[in-house]
Amino acid sequence: MGEKVLMKGAEAIAEAAIRAGCMAFFGYPITPQNETPEYFSRRMPELGRVFLQAESEVAAINMVYGAACTGTRVITTSSSPGISLMQEGFSYIANSNVGCVVVNAMRGGPGLGDIAPAQADYFQATKGGGHGDYHSIVLAPHTIQETVDLMYDAFDLADKYRIMVVMLVDGLMGQMMEPVEFKEWVDVKKFKTPEWATVGQGDRDHRNIITSLEILPEGLEKMNLALQAKYKKIKENEVRLEEYEMDDAEYALTAFGTVARIAKTVVEMARKDGIKLGLIRPITVWPFPEKEVAKRADQVKFFFDVEMNEGQMLEDVKLAVNGKKPVHYYGRLGGVVPTAEEIYGEFKKLVGGK
Amino acid sequence: MKLIYKKPDTITERDTTYCPGCPHGIAHRLIAELLEEMDLVKKTVIVWPVGCSVFGYYFIATDAVEAAHGRACAMATGIKRAHPESFVISYQGDGDLASIGIAEAVHAAARGERISVVYINNGNYGMTGGQMAPTTLIGQVTTTTPYGRKPELNGFPMHVPEMFAALDGPAYIARAALDSPQHIIQAKKFLRKAFTAQKNNLGFSLVELISACPTNWKMTPVEAMERIRKQVLPVFPIGEFKVAKGVE
Ligand SMILES: Cc1ncc(C[n+]2csc(CCOP(=O)(O)OP(=O)(O)O)c2C)c(N)n1
Ligand code: SF4
Ligand SMILES: [Mg+2]
Repeated sequence: MGEKVLMKGAEAIAEAAIRAGCMAFFGYPITPQNETPEYFSRRMPELGRVFLQAESEVAAINMVYGAACTGTRVITTSSSPGISLMQEGFSYIANSNVGCVVVNAMRGGPGLGDIAPAQADYFQATKGGGHGDYHSIVLAPHTIQETVDLMYDAFDLADKYRIMVVMLVDGLMGQMMEPVEFKEWVDVKKFKTPEWATVGQGDRDHRNIITSLEILPEGLEKMNLALQAKYKKIKENEVRLEEYEMDDAEYALTAFGTVARIAKTVVEMARKDGIKLGLIRPITVWPFPEKEVAKRADQVKFFFDVEMNEGQMLEDVKLAVNGKKPVHYYGRLGGVVPTAEEIYGEFKKLVGGK
Repeated sequence: MKLIYKKPDTITERDTTYCPGCPHGIAHRLIAELLEEMDLVKKTVIVWPVGCSVFGYYFIATDAVEAAHGRACAMATGIKRAHPESFVISYQGDGDLASIGIAEAVHAAARGERISVVYINNGNYGMTGGQMAPTTLIGQVTTTTPYGRKPELNGFPMHVPEMFAALDGPAYIARAALDSPQHIIQAKKFLRKAFTAQKNNLGFSLVELISACPTNWKMTPVEAMERIRKQVLPVFPIGEFKVAKGVE
């Protein structure tokens, strides 16, 4: 580990990706994450890597798709409206079994919405968004340091499973300054073009074809079953979460990203008042930590889900709890960030009396 | 017996998915011949479009990817930028390139992306059953212009090479036709220059190939070729619109 440097989140994201061995960036400007592509535009040429400003997010994701087909570590970064434009590409990438990293610095929607931090793209990120039965691995860090650390894992997962990995952050994390520490640089000289990549046949005894097309339903079903087998493996092996003050908790907050960070303060406020509150914070929101949440249903009196949306992760929490205990919800919409006091106030109403 | 004419090795043995008399096959053959003659087969990645040539990788034996409808130039850009040693061809129909994918194509051209585009103008959407394309002629009946294409309703045919030649990024832009042996020989010459433009790192290149769709035109292959000469070429004239130094 190196020394700590004070960095804006949006720039730290780019630096982390570069150190993690990202060789190519394609993207289109959108607030609140413009500092990320701007940073890439300075650093990538210095390192002899690719930076290209695309003509649209539609083009950007298809450039990412092309680069991914060559087995190159590739990234795009955007925010909600831009991510909506990329959905077709995500679906193609999924059924082509190629890997890439996509950062979504979520902002308020629907439509043009605003440029304030939000979490309303949870469904889009975790349940598909594009057409067909597919998933991406979705990481939801809650601090800049965690984002930076997870960026390395994001590329590793993308390579390991040949899958798209989404970094689901929000505008607030992009704009905050925080001291961060970067892990060692990944040695890109060790990168080899994978055997399956489409770069020209060269010395291979066979040619490579990457396609999401299979015209026969039985064939396409096979492709789908292979995808589902991959997703199952990911569900079994890659679930990550943080359980904060959960050992003796009588109540559990559930939250991800920025709200989870605020929720930690709420836990501390409750603990000071002698209330045994804890936090379950999924780090992978897909795959969602179903088993871990389910286990806590035997322990706590109720769950209290807090999000900056109309209750999207709430559905996954409820599915996991499966009616065993009440699951309450509080949220703010349109880019409003709830305060710890506000959340604690809502929580106390639920606990009653005390 | 002496063999004087055969299928290029780079064309596979697979049964065709094209209709009888469809010139997509001629375009494939020209590409395969040139890749062999220019020693590019093993370096080539072809980006196939959504359209009748969606299964193009069945027929030309190179590495290949299958793009989303209209996104071939963006995908080709990603491949070429990530792996500049690859020789990258984007094969697209007139619906794919001039309609849904015009933004990706124009910007790849404007950036001078080192890719070669083979652009098949058959005046309609072959694959989906013969709807209007941006290249459909005025008065031409298609399944979505049952009264003939009307300028006041559907505007005018798009001339892609002429438009792209106005940009600074392209090194080679031309239009050829696949209706007759002479025109096919000329088409191969133009394609060779387009491939040379990429090989010599000179910039973007595109050749429009005026093709036919006998099935949806409801014509015999011979009638379709005649229609090209009588009706299509007067609107879409053969020619070179941009020739940078070094493509010869
Ligand atoms: C996003 C999307 N929209 C529409 C389609 C349906 N579609 C498939 S091929 C095609 C038109 C192809 O026409 P063209 O590019 O001219 O190729 P041709 O078949 O004539 O060679 C359309 C509209 C699709 N596959 N994807
Ligand atoms: S529909 Fe038209 S373009 Fe498609 S294969 Fe048949 S003749 Fe060729
Ligand atoms: Mg067509």
